Amino acid sequence: MTTTSTQANGLGNVAAPIQERDRVTVRFAGDSGDGMQLAGNRFADATAVFGNDFSTLPDFPAEIRAPAGSLAGVSSFQISFSKHLIFTPGDEPDTLVAMNPAALKSHLAALAKGGLLVVNEDAFTAGNLKKANYPSNPLTDGSLDGYRVIKAPATTAAVAAVEDLGLTNQNAERTKNFFALGLVYWLYDRDLQPTLDWIEERFGRLPNIAEANRRALYAGHAYGETTELADAHVRVPPAVLRPGEYRTITGNQALVLGLITAAHLSDLELFYGSYPITPASDVLVELAALREFGVRTFQAEDEISAIGTAIGAAYGGGLGVTGTSGPGIALKSEALNLAVMTELPLIVLDVQRSGPSTGMPTKTEQTDLLQVMFGRNGESPLCVLAAKSPGDCFFMVLEAVRLAFKFVTPVVLLSDTYLANTAEPWPVPDITQLEQIDVPYRRLELGDPADFGPYVRDPDTLARMFVPPGTKGFEHRIGGLEKADLSGDVAYTPENHQRMTDLRAEKVQRIAHFIPELEVDGPESGDLLVLSWGSTYGAVFTAVNDAREAGHEVAHAHLQYMNPFPRNIGDIVSRYRTVLIPEANSGQLRMLIRANFLVDAQGYNEVTGQPLSARLLTEAIIKHATA
Amino acid sequence: MVLQTPTSPNLVKADIPLADVDLKRKDYASDIDTRWCPGCGDYSILAQMQRSLSNLNVAPEKMVFVSGIGCSSRFPYYMNTYGMHSIHGRAPTIASGLKLARPDLMVFVITGDGDALSIGGNHLLHVLRRNVDVKIFLFNNRIYGLTKGQYSPTSELGKVTKSSPVGTTERPLNPLSVALASEATFVARSYDTDPQHLTETIEQAARHHGAAFVEILQNCNIFNDRAFADYTDRNVRDERLLYLEHGQPMLFGEEKDKGLAVSNTGLQVVDAHGPEAGLILNHDATRPSPDLHQLLARCAYPEMPVPMGVIRQVNAPTYGDYLDGQIEVAKFRNRHDIAQLLRGRSTWQVE
Repeated sequence: MTTTSTQANGLGNVAAPIQERDRVTVRFAGDSGDGMQLAGNRFADATAVFGNDFSTLPDFPAEIRAPAGSLAGVSSFQISFSKHLIFTPGDEPDTLVAMNPAALKSHLAALAKGGLLVVNEDAFTAGNLKKANYPSNPLTDGSLDGYRVIKAPATTAAVAAVEDLGLTNQNAERTKNFFALGLVYWLYDRDLQPTLDWIEERFGRLPNIAEANRRALYAGHAYGETTELADAHVRVPPAVLRPGEYRTITGNQALVLGLITAAHLSDLELFYGSYPITPASDVLVELAALREFGVRTFQAEDEISAIGTAIGAAYGGGLGVTGTSGPGIALKSEALNLAVMTELPLIVLDVQRSGPSTGMPTKTEQTDLLQVMFGRNGESPLCVLAAKSPGDCFFMVLEAVRLAFKFVTPVVLLSDTYLANTAEPWPVPDITQLEQIDVPYRRLELGDPADFGPYVRDPDTLARMFVPPGTKGFEHRIGGLEKADLSGDVAYTPENHQRMTDLRAEKVQRIAHFIPELEVDGPESGDLLVLSWGSTYGAVFTAVNDAREAGHEVAHAHLQYMNPFPRNIGDIVSRYRTVLIPEANSGQLRMLIRANFLVDAQGYNEVTGQPLSARLLTEAIIKHATA
Repeated sequence: MVLQTPTSPNLVKADIPLADVDLKRKDYASDIDTRWCPGCGDYSILAQMQRSLSNLNVAPEKMVFVSGIGCSSRFPYYMNTYGMHSIHGRAPTIASGLKLARPDLMVFVITGDGDALSIGGNHLLHVLRRNVDVKIFLFNNRIYGLTKGQYSPTSELGKVTKSSPVGTTERPLNPLSVALASEATFVARSYDTDPQHLTETIEQAARHHGAAFVEILQNCNIFNDRAFADYTDRNVRDERLLYLEHGQPMLFGEEKDKGLAVSNTGLQVVDAHGPEAGLILNHDATRPSPDLHQLLARCAYPEMPVPMGVIRQVNAPTYGDYLDGQIEVAKFRNRHDIAQLLRGRSTWQVE
């Protein structure tokens, strides 16, 4: 595919004059069976081909099929696209597509007054209105007066378009999402071709279904063209992206690609032990389909077994990885501590979700930072990294693997629901340009077995001498009991425990000498530093820039290394009158910064299950900048 | 892809990595002092393990003992092989990951009744069900020793222990029944005070291709002394134990004068010289269905003789056979070009 900005809709009609805008945010909302995620993803593909920068935010209930038409069953997909580079899926939509009353009820509050509302009027039946707790029909009672409303007969028009194909009623009605998609394509001047190609690829073996979806798509497009919707016809010119080859990527896809690439760059065998858990399951599912890359996936009987098998693979000298979410980390904590005590190169992916307990499995949060830092018995330091964007998940996996083997230590990589599911354009990395990952244990000079000890350490990194089974003459035992320094034998002496406690801590701290320093965007010192970490990068970057445009001087630094911190962070946080730390938790990084550097850091905190709002954060930044 | 199930034991290779020189029992002993209580049954098991490995001439560097927590789980420290003393109940998981990542290694799990059947019960079921090629040795002393005498999941109902001062209120698990319920491909029992039988049983387990489960009755002379003495004492064992041999009639008694036959209600003891002698069964360890094996596993003193030896040994592809087979087929059939993988389903060029 190549980028095009021509209007190849294939219909040949002369469109009404198009308004041009810099950025638009559209939200599709409907029943979880209505195909909103599918529609949203098609729109994202078409947008990618058109050449906008974009970011998406899928939001769906944990229930697979809540009762049809119910408020609990509403699923949505938001996409923001722009002629400029963007870093968030947008706070509030400019356009809301509501496929039924429950979707309208759940999402109308997010739509700006005067915003464009596209509703499937066929779904506004007495039954559906009742399920959404509407006492009267909002389409007729005047409650939508402040919005521009397009009442489209999506169901009946789609059914009419496909009626001679001999589909069941249910299958005919199911095409209504393509009708809605066609209409939105017309509104935003998207090319139909990528979606037509996709329909052929996906449904080619079911010609009737493929034809029905095509017809519904065309019908929706034609509806836009022939109805009086001129004021809603909008075009967002393509963005100027760095030249190169792009694809769309989600955070979970990037984790998968990162793991396979890391195995390739290190020449290690990848073993992924995991137990299905939202929102990390996709990593297991996608890796399981890539056996041709030598991937050994293992769907364990529980979270503990998942990490146990990964520890076994790591002990064997392989690339042992486990992936989970917060509740799974809680279950894995004892085994994770075994990896700390035995000092094994284990990779743990934590795709965070809303807690506590089962919490909100499909919603996002940054609430596992302190859990992975401290949620284990004893003093148990390990390396913690955090990805800042979907594409960054790829590079942080490579970094996690590099550090795990260099320091012979478990490494936790934090992602979250938002990164896992959000999609963005991603410049495809050139595999030949990526640095090989060094695996020091393969080039250890072992010397005389009589002098060998599994806890003899490298003087620079303090990495222990990791010798996997199979090496003749160096047979030894490790385990969860405290180790004697050097020999690794079981030891209970007070001096040894103090020494080993210090060594474990010092080893993790030394990682700071082998990672990049923290960079500050903006003034080197001054009134306000905004310090962020992980998935909030896009929202914080956007908010900082908006505050600057409003005339405020603001510095921004973003952390991807959570433990140890970059070595210059203490110096940086001491150079500003105020340090503001925005987080999708109640202040976990803030607690660490205060504790480590005695800085009276301030927080901006949202724990809503949704990504941070760039607009509200901008207000908070301006407030602190002017305080 | 479906792997062929081997039909004869001869088709299965033993997968035992051999040492290039002749090794003696002491070559498998580490220089760590053993720290079990004097008189503990674990000493005999350790000695027979070392003897078995020497008989098989296993390469020590290719051998890994993985254990959990408990008295028995100290075992790896005393073996001059690779080993990991891990966390309570989880040894089967670590062993599974290790064996799948490193098929060249021989991986043994050492566990106890609390470790395997209480905290680690879930993992035991699944490692056996999956037929991962690891050998599991469960030292059953029917008590928690390392924590000083609480009842275990194999303690008999009503047993008085430190944590059940007026007797337990729960029924015990039968380890063999649990293993058979998981359709383990190798299930056996032996005991600490019969070195020859124990050595042979360990060797048979080691030679099995697939998950092996061996219950070893082990006396804890401190907290549960003589737990098995009623049928393992030298003077009664011939009368009260049934030594199983595949293909041989199930006879027991000093004069081999009694045998096991199928009755309407299960198994029954019949006179080997009486009118029902013709009903005495030959032991078939290889029948795919574990039904008769379950009946054997349920035989308990004093009503029935206590079976010893290999109850079940069937050939089936291991988890690793399937997994490696899938990888081989996928590599043959599908492109595995990372550059192409990174590009995904579709890309676009920005000029």
